[in-house]
Amino acid sequence: MAKPKALILRTAGTNCDMESAYAAETAGFDPERVHVNRIASGEVSLDGYHFLFIPGGFSYGDDVAAGKIMALELQKRLGDALLRFEERGRLVLGVCNGFQVLIKTGLMPFHFTRPDDTRATLTNNDSGKFEDRWVHIEVEPNNVCVFTRGMQPRIQLPVAHAEGKFLVKSPSDMRELEENGQVVLRYVSRLGGQPSYPEDPNGSMGHIAGVCNRRGTIFGLMPHPERFLSRINHPRWTREDLPEEGDGAAFFRNAFEYCAGM
Amino acid sequence: MVRRITVVPRSGLADSRGEGVRHDARDLGVDSITDVRVDDVYLFEGEDIPDTDILRIAEELLTDHVTQEALIDELSLDEGRVVEVAYHHGVMDPVEESIMKALGDMGITSVSAAKTMRRYVIEGDVTPEQLALVTDKLLVNKIIQRVAAPDEDPFLHARPVEGVTRVEVALLGLSDDELLQLSRDRFLSLNLDEMRAIQDHYRSLDRNPTDVELETFAQTWSEHCVHKTFRGIINFNGETIDNLLKQTIVRATRELNHDWCVSVFEDNAGVIRFDDEDNVCFKVETHNFPSSLEPYGGAGTGIGGVIRDILGTGLGAKPIANTDVFCFAPPNMKLNELPPGTLHPRRIMKGVVSGVRDYGNRMGIPTVNGSVFYDRNYVGNPIVYCGTVGIMPKECSFKKVSDGDKIVVVGGRTGRDGIHGATLSSTEVTEESETTSSHAVQIGNAIQEKKMLDTLIAARDRGLYTAVTDCGAGGLSSAVGEMGEETGAVVDLETVPLKYAGLRYWEIWISEAQERMVLAVPPEKVDELLAVFASENVEATVIGTFTGSGKLTLRYRGVVVGEFDGNFLHKGVPRLERTATWSPKQNPEPDFPCPSDLGGPLKSILGAWNVCSKEWIVRQYDHEVQGGSVVKPLTGAANDGPSDASVIRPKLKSMRGLVIANGINPKYGVIDPYRMALSNIDEALRNVTATGGDITRTALLDNFSWGNTTIPDRLGDLVRAAQGCYDGAIGFGAPFISGKDSLRNEFIYGDKVIRIPPTLLISAVSVMEDVSKAVTMDLKRPGSLLAVVGLTRNELGGSHYFELHGALGNTVPGVDLQTARATMTALHAAMDDRLILACHDCSEGGLGVALAEMAFAGGIGAHVDLNTVPAESAMRDDYLLFSESNSRFVIEVTPENAARVAEILSGVPFAWIGETAETGRLVIDGPRGTLVSENLGDLKEAWQQPLRTV
Repeated sequence: MAKPKALILRTAGTNCDMESAYAAETAGFDPERVHVNRIASGEVSLDGYHFLFIPGGFSYGDDVAAGKIMALELQKRLGDALLRFEERGRLVLGVCNGFQVLIKTGLMPFHFTRPDDTRATLTNNDSGKFEDRWVHIEVEPNNVCVFTRGMQPRIQLPVAHAEGKFLVKSPSDMRELEENGQVVLRYVSRLGGQPSYPEDPNGSMGHIAGVCNRRGTIFGLMPHPERFLSRINHPRWTREDLPEEGDGAAFFRNAFEYCAGM
Repeated sequence: MVRRITVVPRSGLADSRGEGVRHDARDLGVDSITDVRVDDVYLFEGEDIPDTDILRIAEELLTDHVTQEALIDELSLDEGRVVEVAYHHGVMDPVEESIMKALGDMGITSVSAAKTMRRYVIEGDVTPEQLALVTDKLLVNKIIQRVAAPDEDPFLHARPVEGVTRVEVALLGLSDDELLQLSRDRFLSLNLDEMRAIQDHYRSLDRNPTDVELETFAQTWSEHCVHKTFRGIINFNGETIDNLLKQTIVRATRELNHDWCVSVFEDNAGVIRFDDEDNVCFKVETHNFPSSLEPYGGAGTGIGGVIRDILGTGLGAKPIANTDVFCFAPPNMKLNELPPGTLHPRRIMKGVVSGVRDYGNRMGIPTVNGSVFYDRNYVGNPIVYCGTVGIMPKECSFKKVSDGDKIVVVGGRTGRDGIHGATLSSTEVTEESETTSSHAVQIGNAIQEKKMLDTLIAARDRGLYTAVTDCGAGGLSSAVGEMGEETGAVVDLETVPLKYAGLRYWEIWISEAQERMVLAVPPEKVDELLAVFASENVEATVIGTFTGSGKLTLRYRGVVVGEFDGNFLHKGVPRLERTATWSPKQNPEPDFPCPSDLGGPLKSILGAWNVCSKEWIVRQYDHEVQGGSVVKPLTGAANDGPSDASVIRPKLKSMRGLVIANGINPKYGVIDPYRMALSNIDEALRNVTATGGDITRTALLDNFSWGNTTIPDRLGDLVRAAQGCYDGAIGFGAPFISGKDSLRNEFIYGDKVIRIPPTLLISAVSVMEDVSKAVTMDLKRPGSLLAVVGLTRNELGGSHYFELHGALGNTVPGVDLQTARATMTALHAAMDDRLILACHDCSEGGLGVALAEMAFAGGIGAHVDLNTVPAESAMRDDYLLFSESNSRFVIEVTPENAARVAEILSGVPFAWIGETAETGRLVIDGPRGTLVSENLGDLKEAWQQPLRTV
């Protein structure tokens, strides 16, 4: 059987595309890095892919707001290709800047088309600055996300961002996400309790680190799973007993298994 | 018409930008501000922008509907005090480009130009004087910004240059005084000999030079571009040195003649072999001058520039790591201690750190290694070193320009930015620099450079060009000049794409606008090459041809405006002849008794600016992008101990890696630059060794930032340091592969001169076969043994311990090269057998600081006996603990491995000194009882507190 195909989407300022492609390849995908222009021009069709991965970076320099200009670019230039991709149950992953892009396209976690219907966003960290650090994360039980199926309840990953604070407009929006199993990842303290800064690196509502759409097929997260594929990526591999495989690999394996079953 | 959208944060949400201003205002003594709100203002120009368009822009593009609201065409809406800050006309604002791109995607055509401003709404009981102070010190940098007046036209409407006016400069008849006056008036920075040489040359041609010709000489002959001092003739204490660079640094590399050195001192970076397929290259640049005036832009363009050096090495390498080393005045200097015309060191530090952060992070290059050194004499001349490592297929390591190749400029457009950067960086900074040099400061556009990087590598892999170099200092004049040195070239200056109209032809030629590269492209490949760049929205333009005539010809709209004989342009610069002197310093030695408790001094040293934790800076840099991070800059049980070096894996499918480290200690240079050079080399190699690297596969870089070397004692320091570099490189067998110098770092005000300490940065890159053998500095477990490797001597000159007692001293640590090399080789052998649990080098603060850092980084206690430390002679306890002797390490070893380690280290100074324990304390015993007994939490707090928040 042919390998499922992953499209690693690039635009001006994308910068985690190589290691993201490597992560997809390691999980079994046939990855291809593709610039938005090639899809917009019709040279490449999303229809030929099982998995759309919007990697981290600084698309358009985070100008105006992180992810905003690329989100607009996808909305205006790809037409309904993204919607069609979603409707066919294909997988979409946004990591860091990719998450910022996804949330600003209105595809997830709430679906909207009119800008002023926006009910969720990612904004400036409470610390007021970009920070790179490792965090402890709890995988929310009973979430509907395809990418975290069967995953161990507690994982560690690095974050590296300036605008990762997750906000929703009203408490009812948060209830909706929780009731639908759309909250996927939360920052926790080292011992698994309520995190304070910097355990929660940005001050997100509900300490949320990752959310998905209602079907669980579109997933966005601020931490970087592609940066923890091997134990030697871990900051304490020289002092702790760790499995050979890093906690990030399971996200891509889940995606692969789902796509292989398509 | 001009329309305006103001985006305002919704009330009740945290505004971290505003909070930052309030915090900084308190530092200025303005504590009555109760709230600061920061709004983003966007201005749009067009013949007729309808309401529907402006509403769509506000709704769909600019407003985050969860956190913000938009106000359209409203000017004042607040009772508070309002300051609106805009960039000066002509200063590049990358956001404008992104907005225009988005408007295109949205199908909005009524807008022809966009601008951004920042609006500060300040609440509280603030006097007009206080507001002016806050505005001047925090909100506006006059070099690039202004307070916008409500009634001004925010858009620049420059008139295009009409026709061609070839301008000649009357040079032939000038007297010596007039020649010098001309050099000053036009910011040429050429000395009398050089002006005379140019005059003689044009006399022989029987004509005056044109303006662009004269400017080209100034660029090509600038210290920045040709290193006239290092390559000149120096009379040093009666001895004649013909070309210091060749006699010392380059000579060491030639004599060592390692087969893994691929290209040294030739290209934009030094190139060494990585594995059978790829080579790596490394370059470190100084970017001092603009950083003192506009720290954010200066530092950003510094990192942007060195990244382009890597893109311009061979046929272009992919950047895989950045390093940054800064020297600032201490952040706690008082405002009234600052010389006129200088920015506060805290503001410089914040600006530089965020400039490097924003550029490096956006480029997607991990910043893996760095250092900060503080000294009051950097107050007018902060030092910014930015380095980049790259990787490329080995067959892409060389370039060749052929007759008939087209000259293609790619990347950003050309503006007036950075004109005279190369010549101004070769002069002293004065209190007037703030007003005279504004045209030399630039703001970088990292995304432009990232796009260029992506497409350049794609074009390289398709074999579409045969040579590439970056537009750095001197702009096109240097890039095209260098590439066409052998072949000659014709350039049509009107074809160069401009940011805005109105540039004269000589400005186009020497502009240092960022994010541009020049390629040599065989004519049959031009179309395909242009298509590759166009496919990702990067501009690429043919501007001329490499001709084969040996002549460089500049045309503007068909008229020849400049013509050069390549030989005179590149080889005609008169050699400098300078005098240098050096004599040993005689500083007073301190006189104080040995204290009975050394815990207090230990904590003081841990909290010194030069030792304390730099986590505040490190965390702001993405050190893990590209996914190859192995040893991070911070390490240990809580990820916060100071790593000696970083290790990365540039190829994710391979376990082969690179160790990247540095050594710098200008305090030693104030006493003895020769020993400083040896110490810095030793430190860089110690850091490599301590992390598991092998000094026999290590290459070095030199970066000199010096005072004014036209003055003999400064030049003498430089000679001594260069001689130290030679001896160190030969002694360790580690070659230099690239370097850079910046030799006018003095600040002049009134009749006072502040010169920086001799500041030599040694950077190291080492190929590591198996990164799983890397070692970190944090203690790993209780019950292991601790040992000191290396000999401690009575060497406290320039030490932190002496500084604590207000003294400099004289005995700068030396390096016994034979023993040092043997020590590092033996220690590496032990690491190669995986026998070492933890290893940390002894540097600033000596053994005491090394032990403390290892213990608190690992969260593991230690108990050691100072009497057992190998020392050359009977030493005072405090000197033994805090001496900064070179070539020393502390290692942690399991009891089972102790015998094997002792055997491997049997030929070098080595002794067991104690053990680790689950006590949470560091205890150090001396001959007359316990000298240090400190809680690890207290030691860590002393180390973390100074720069926890800035």
